[in-house]
Amino acid sequence: MTTETLIWLIPLPPVLAFFLIVLFTNRSKSLSHTIAVGAAFLSWLGSMIVFVRALGVEHLGEHPFESSVNWLPTGDTWFKIGVLVDPLTAAVLFFVAWTVLMIFLYSVGYHNFGQPAGDHDHKGLPPHGATLEEHGHKHVVPSVEPMYSRFFAFIGLFAFGMYVLVLSDNLLTLFVGWEIMGLCSYLLIGFWYAKESARDAAVKAFMTTRVGDVFMLLGIAYLYYATGTLSFRQIFTEQILHTLATVPSGFLGFSAAGLIGLLLFIGTIGKSAQFPLHVWLPDAMEGPTPVSAMIHAATMVSAGVYAVIRMFPLLSLDPKTMTIVAFIGAFTALFAATIAVAQNDIKRVLAYSTISQLGFMIAALGIGAYVAAVFHLITHAFFKALLFLGSGSVIHGMEHGVLHTGNHDVDPQNMFNMGGLRTKMPITFWTFLIGGFALSGFPIITAGFWSKDEILADAFGNGHIAVFITLAIAAFLTAFYTMRQITLTFFGEPRTKEAEHAQETPWTMTAPLVILSVFAVAYGWVGIPEHFPLLGGLVPNWLHEFVGSTLAELPETIAFNWIPLLTSLVVALGGLYLGWVTYRNVNLPAEDRLQIPLLKNKYYFDEIYDRLFVKPAYWFAENVVYKFMDQGVIDGILHIFGPLTNGFGAFIRNYFDLPVINRFFGDGSADVTYWFGGKLRAVQTGRIQQYLMFALVIFITIGAVLYFFLLA
Amino acid sequence: MVPLSWYLIFAALLFSIGLFGVLSRRNAVAILLGIELMLNAVNINLAAFWRYGDVLQMAGQVFAIIVFAVAAAEVAVGLALVISVYRRRNTVVADEIDMMKW
Repeated sequence: MTTETLIWLIPLPPVLAFFLIVLFTNRSKSLSHTIAVGAAFLSWLGSMIVFVRALGVEHLGEHPFESSVNWLPTGDTWFKIGVLVDPLTAAVLFFVAWTVLMIFLYSVGYHNFGQPAGDHDHKGLPPHGATLEEHGHKHVVPSVEPMYSRFFAFIGLFAFGMYVLVLSDNLLTLFVGWEIMGLCSYLLIGFWYAKESARDAAVKAFMTTRVGDVFMLLGIAYLYYATGTLSFRQIFTEQILHTLATVPSGFLGFSAAGLIGLLLFIGTIGKSAQFPLHVWLPDAMEGPTPVSAMIHAATMVSAGVYAVIRMFPLLSLDPKTMTIVAFIGAFTALFAATIAVAQNDIKRVLAYSTISQLGFMIAALGIGAYVAAVFHLITHAFFKALLFLGSGSVIHGMEHGVLHTGNHDVDPQNMFNMGGLRTKMPITFWTFLIGGFALSGFPIITAGFWSKDEILADAFGNGHIAVFITLAIAAFLTAFYTMRQITLTFFGEPRTKEAEHAQETPWTMTAPLVILSVFAVAYGWVGIPEHFPLLGGLVPNWLHEFVGSTLAELPETIAFNWIPLLTSLVVALGGLYLGWVTYRNVNLPAEDRLQIPLLKNKYYFDEIYDRLFVKPAYWFAENVVYKFMDQGVIDGILHIFGPLTNGFGAFIRNYFDLPVINRFFGDGSADVTYWFGGKLRAVQTGRIQQYLMFALVIFITIGAVLYFFLLA
Repeated sequence: MVPLSWYLIFAALLFSIGLFGVLSRRNAVAILLGIELMLNAVNINLAAFWRYGDVLQMAGQVFAIIVFAVAAAEVAVGLALVISVYRRRNTVVADEIDMMKW
């Protein structure tokens, strides 16, 4: 099979799995997950083959794998859609395939496959556990998710969207994949739809990302209007880029390229949860944990960053747009990190951490550090998926404890209810530790260190000191809250009975953790800068050469400087140490001095947006649209027309229908016929000779008449 | 040779006699006899027109023969009906057979 054919086939298995599960195998849990995981495996296999083949091509940046077909006729030409695998796509495809496969596998264990059905579970709520009787005494075990098949169908569709987005060679199909994921995100956040909080979170996520998507669509439309094409390879030609850069857009002095870039970037702000559209991501943690890992850490939010990385040649044309991008990214990185410090829900900490790390990537892109942004995108996808899956495993273990004690008031997600899980869940602990250290940027051994260090080095080396300082503080906070999380969750003594009875999770959950932790460490080695002391040059800086070749000119490597390296060492180790020292002996939320209301309540953004947008929207809907427009104007007009037509109808009925149609035509014709019939029936005597006599008389009469008129 | 009009006058007389019989006789069998007379009057017309027209055209004779055949069949059916009516109602008087009226 040619590589191009294979690339076309990669997105197909998950969408087939979606339809198969929805239409046919919905009732069989084992068949459904076999199909879904099998489909993820096929896509993974195809992706790996494509990735390996892409590695073997020299100058893949100039001669990528591409193939397109005619789709929509646009006047004389066709709008083409197709697939494109250049170095950037190949690198992204690699982590997407791995994380998707791992998360599919993890979902099997997470949704308690193989456990009995719950005692009083019902659809739309998380399983509550089942009572088993063994050796004469009862005990409660986790019960299987009631909508198990539905979950696998949704994540299958989601994986399809992600593959479509990554493999697209044009913005339109990229946008299609983007929206498919938006839909799946909505469906999966609201997976437990009987919970009000899950419903609200789903609507919030959908509405918030919609704001970004509308702008993105505007950007796509403008780009198409300006260039007549949406294909990346055609847009990124010198001629078109030059035109876009010189034509003014007539909006605040932006060039066309700048405005298009800005509009597309707003789409990313929504999708990748950047300030000010970051509010949906923490609430999205209402969904099942594999969903949080896949959609809200590894793939969908990464897709937003991927889109701007993809459009980097366009974005980088206008320095103003780049400044905005850098500012938003750096601000979000710091802003979200400060909130993460004060959160107690294990998943919410990770959610804010994700926002913050995405901010790092955006900031890196804004200062032109293309390769560093891609590098951090990939390492982050691995270690954040690992951390989310790890937190899911922790929650699962805690739920086990909750079922054991039967005390359902204990929140299995609150870190202050945990503690000492290190011995109860050793695999989860070690993998979570690796993920956490990678997130903090623990020096040398973790992937997170290399990618984050590269961003800081780029910021410093290119003279963006403000961005450098902001990101350094954010990195410090990252290390701090990560260590806080690890300390509260795994170290010390169990703070509740439930934590004492926590249990390690099954192999379907721990195996993905182990595999992902390998990447969380090893992936950093492909991007070690050449001039790094001691280690530099031992392993070639493959990532820079490979991903950098996507651009027309290979970006220059930054000369080594001790200041950013020392900074990243200090913030990572300092943050980790401080986190450990501060939270070592903290057992109650009250003892945590960083539980400042301002941080705890996320700078009151939800409340502000509620006042600014939600309440006015409700007010507008209630008073203007409903009471004024609908009830007043529309209903008012209708109330005029209603009686009017009613009266006219009555008039027609009484003065036309009843007398003319009914009486005259209807009854009248019947009466006339009846009357004639009554008169004429005397003729029917039944005597044959009389009939003949009539016939004869009539014949003679007619004959005489005819004779008289025609012949005479 | 006798002129054509004589035949036609004869046939018209015969037809009228037959028609009078049909209209005036009470007995159903006699009505049938009247019908036979009318048919044969027509046959005379056919034969006469053939003889005084184009002799090589056989249509007149053939038509007359067909009329004979149909008349024979018609009489057979008519008599069968009369017999049937007589068996059921014990009468062959046409005026008394008047069930098909209002």
